[in-house]
Amino acid sequence: MVDLLRDILSWACFIGGGIFVVIGCIGLVRFPDFYTRLHPAGITDTAGAELIMLGMILQADSWLIVAKLGFIAVFLLLTSPVATHALAHAAWLSGLHPLTGKELNYGEGYEENNPEETS
Amino acid sequence: MGRIIITGLTLAAIWLLLSGYFDHPLLLVLGAASVILSVFLSHRAGMLDQEGVPGGVFPGIVPYMGWLTFEIGKANIEVARQALAITPTLSPKMFTVPIPPKSTVGQVIFANSITLTPGTVSVSLNEDHILVHALTEELADIAAIADMGARVAKTEGP
Repeated sequence: MVDLLRDILSWACFIGGGIFVVIGCIGLVRFPDFYTRLHPAGITDTAGAELIMLGMILQADSWLIVAKLGFIAVFLLLTSPVATHALAHAAWLSGLHPLTGKELNYGEGYEENNPEETS
Repeated sequence: MGRIIITGLTLAAIWLLLSGYFDHPLLLVLGAASVILSVFLSHRAGMLDQEGVPGGVFPGIVPYMGWLTFEIGKANIEVARQALAITPTLSPKMFTVPIPPKSTVGQVIFANSITLTPGTVSVSLNEDHILVHALTEELADIAAIADMGARVAKTEGP
């Protein structure tokens, strides 16, 4: 009975996490510019990865394995935003302007910095 | 001295949990030796300061993590909805929010929390403001982010 419940819960976590990873990939392809594409990557980092880790924790057969998987989950949560911030900050420092507003226009100052890309 | 003891106990707990040898005297002695060596080396490298061993955040960070998980869940659904919408109604926006936490660790936790929440990414930091990029107008909720900052400022210890 307990095993059946555990299997059902962990499969729900695996399928949910897998769906979130796929949604993250779809968003990564569909969104218009670099900065907006960072956001679906955040879905893959948080909901996708953590639900899959939770499913694995439910399948673990000893507390030591639970502890190890818990460490991995916490370190994923601590390190993935650092990588995302490093990417965003590097793009910002190198002068990439984000699309803003409902019309997805480049912000002020874009023409001076990127003269060859506008006409 | 307190930080040295905290680091030693944490490393010993991690060693025990990761190895799983609770009744093997030789391996336990070797583990204790490696913990002592690690603590000595990090003390010598000057890493056992407020930034390297942020013990002060510890009682308060646990409820904050629970609250943050809930917020991340809500924001995930919003961004997933945009990614799957037939015509995504994006309205990206750059804005600045003040940084309430005073300590370096608190500021790192705050900026990481902003980035971890899908829909907002911290792009750049200066002394008292974070530049944030948000996916839509609704996700660019300055009041909610300021509330998150206030919660971080409350968890950070001395």
